[in-house]
Amino acid sequence: MPNIQFQLNGAAAAVDADPDQTLLEVLRGRLGVTSPHFGCGAGECGACYVMVGDRAVTSCDMPMWSVAGKDIVTVEGLGTAEQPHPLQRAFISEQAMQCGYCVSGILVSAAALLKRNPSPTEGEVRAALDRNLCRCGSHNRMVRAVLRAALEMAAP
Amino acid sequence: MTTPSPAPKLPVSLAANPKLSSWVRITDEGHVAISPGKVEIGQGIVTALAQIAADELDVEIIRIEMIRASTATSPNEGVTSGSLSVQQSGRALRHVCAEVRQLFLAAASERLGVDPSQLDVDDGTISGPGNVRTSYWELAGEVSLDHDATAGAAAKIAAKRAVAGHSVQRVDIPDKVFARPRFIHDRALPDILHGRVLRPDVSGARLIVLNEAAARAVPGLVAIVRDGNFGGVVADSVAAAEAALKALRKGAAWSGGEPLPNEDDLAGFLKSQPVETTIIDTRTAATTPKPAQTLRRQYTRPYIAHASIAPSCAMAQWDDDRVHVWTHSQGVYLLRADLAIVLKLPAESIIVEHMEGAGCYGHNAADDVALDAVLLAKAASGRPVRVQWSRHDEMSHAPFGAAMAIEVEADLDADNDIVGWRHAIWSNGHAARPGRAAQPALLAATEIADPYPRMISSNPPAANGGGGDRNSVPLYDFPAWTITSHRLLTMPVRTSALRTLGAQGNVFAIESLLDEIAALRGEDPIEFRLRHLRDDRAKDVIRAAARRAQWKPPKQSGIGHGVGFARYKNMGAYCAAIAEIEGTDDIRVKRLTLAVDVGEAINPDGVVNQIEGGAIQATSWVLKERVRFNRARITSTSWTDYPILTFSEVPVVDVEIIQRPEIEPVGAGEAAPGPVTAAIANAVFDCLGVRVRDLPITRDKIIAAMELAS
Repeated sequence: MPNIQFQLNGAAAAVDADPDQTLLEVLRGRLGVTSPHFGCGAGECGACYVMVGDRAVTSCDMPMWSVAGKDIVTVEGLGTAEQPHPLQRAFISEQAMQCGYCVSGILVSAAALLKRNPSPTEGEVRAALDRNLCRCGSHNRMVRAVLRAALEMAAP
Repeated sequence: MTTPSPAPKLPVSLAANPKLSSWVRITDEGHVAISPGKVEIGQGIVTALAQIAADELDVEIIRIEMIRASTATSPNEGVTSGSLSVQQSGRALRHVCAEVRQLFLAAASERLGVDPSQLDVDDGTISGPGNVRTSYWELAGEVSLDHDATAGAAAKIAAKRAVAGHSVQRVDIPDKVFARPRFIHDRALPDILHGRVLRPDVSGARLIVLNEAAARAVPGLVAIVRDGNFGGVVADSVAAAEAALKALRKGAAWSGGEPLPNEDDLAGFLKSQPVETTIIDTRTAATTPKPAQTLRRQYTRPYIAHASIAPSCAMAQWDDDRVHVWTHSQGVYLLRADLAIVLKLPAESIIVEHMEGAGCYGHNAADDVALDAVLLAKAASGRPVRVQWSRHDEMSHAPFGAAMAIEVEADLDADNDIVGWRHAIWSNGHAARPGRAAQPALLAATEIADPYPRMISSNPPAANGGGGDRNSVPLYDFPAWTITSHRLLTMPVRTSALRTLGAQGNVFAIESLLDEIAALRGEDPIEFRLRHLRDDRAKDVIRAAARRAQWKPPKQSGIGHGVGFARYKNMGAYCAAIAEIEGTDDIRVKRLTLAVDVGEAINPDGVVNQIEGGAIQATSWVLKERVRFNRARITSTSWTDYPILTFSEVPVVDVEIIQRPEIEPVGAGEAAPGPVTAAIANAVFDCLGVRVRDLPITRDKIIAAMELAS
């Protein structure tokens, strides 16, 4: 099996993996990175999003051969309880979830959006999150949380 | 002669599990372990229960450790469903914690030589005059909680509560934001193996050929399991398990199976099946005026999928003839009872332990996958096996919310006032949960070599809120009515509890026809409802929603407003909803304004969150959702084929809580969907002048209704 090297949450990562295996399986099964969740396996729900550069991409259908040399960020790399990302702080402030299974994918989508567009409108936030499904109906809280994080990040 | 007042009774959950230490333990220095029998399903119950305990014990909420339910240690509180957790677990914990506080005060009084009435508790530290002090933790060794609760302990009065009744941050959210594994999906045990189950597309098909050769050749395969029509694989990785399953599927041939109804004529199907008929309620008027006219309407709703974002998942590990199961089931004891039947083991040989899953919104495949894991783990030589369903299986094999056909007839007098009302429901039962019958309700139990029949869904009794008949008895003061429920005795499409059971359909029917009659009379639909209600709490939520939505905004082309109201189960939370929609033939829900009364709201922001969630999920049901099938199999097995509401489609949701701290709390999770469904349908009429009585309200249905009206 080829050795595939990439950046994961700011550190070098290398795994011997079947090139056709998905990034989601490798992250969860081999590397113990559990924030990207399996939801559908077809790139339709967004629960498995990881950030590549300034884009949220589905990891459930991303083959390992395409990961070589990429810079991958998951929620584990966004921030910690001690040093939270503004989005993590805002999701707590807004109590922006019910079950929370979709939340890591949504944090990734939102983080990618704020990289591309640091001061989005509400409509832009909704459009950016449209590929993430939430079944509990916590959408409006999540949108508020993203806007709150954007404001905080813009503050001098 | 005066009659003695009846002896105070223990709350129901506590009467069933009276030992104090099964609920509360003072653990190591500075901590309190609280062990409810109810489980977190994303509704925030664990936080609300922690609030209640913190309040009665006078400790900071941060000191409280909430223990996950397990049949090994927890009180048996049945199932976490029906919006009953605050009522049942909350009342029990309030009582237990009040008694525990008293016991510690008595012990402190003895140690400090101070009368208990002079002692105070502040964050677990007990102090009295002269700066004497001790604490729960110092006294823990002296105070035994290993005895039964007594009925005498008095909880604090509402005004003295500092935590319950206030919005606090949920205790589970930091883990979920900081990627600390909390879901069962993320907590694979050491040395875990992975299992996958082979299921036919056609429900009830028999496995007649299973060629295992290709699956056996998959590297990493540990075992192939075959037990009648149940088949599956165990492997050392997810990838190997899925590859082996794929190979096994190619080697499988199926035969027979149960045909499905015509999805385009659900009412015709439901009304042509053998049924068990129950008169739910009748009211007879002293005099029966001859009606000037009778309105006859039929309302339908399709099968609806729970459609959790997470496919169901479980782990199981055998140790000789004992098995340990990890599950996101809503009822660990009930699941254990069914497992004991299938495995022919005493219940004591089985430990069922809860771990959080994603939101389930009722009885999905959580219990089914637990039996799958148990059966596959038999072939794993004592290693734990984790099974996770595919999206396809979740959307085709898990139980659905039952389709309903509802006929309502309203007799009107010459002034179009209601003088008679008949409401008849045709539906499968709305509950086929495990642990309640002599036969198991689990899917694999119908597949194994010595199979059990598929459990035909039944309806909970009226005292528990009913099932298909839930919310079918009007809260309005009509002079006469007959409410009838026809429960199907066949079940080609598997159904069980989905959020609100039959309430969504029944409230949709009642509130739609009321709206129609109000319009016929030329009367404002809110005035009409208020005139027919006798319950002030009901009137208050309707008035509050109306005030908040500035009812009724001036008529604008392309915009419509509608109202819906219900008291969940006719004995739970009161909720009124006003919908604002826009559209011509394709509608969009712009805003939902709701007012809700749950009595004492333990965590007001938690109540708002539940109401918002119920309102948004119901909007999704109403505008988009319908399980699709042909005569052989379910076809809506992906998010493309079963779309749900997206971020851009979600309405603004504005919620007002009428806080009543002196009234026993009830749950909030199921209050909104019925009223929201009706409010949207009534807003469609206001906007477009047509009544759509067949859910979901899609573009096609609106056009069909317009053609019918023209």
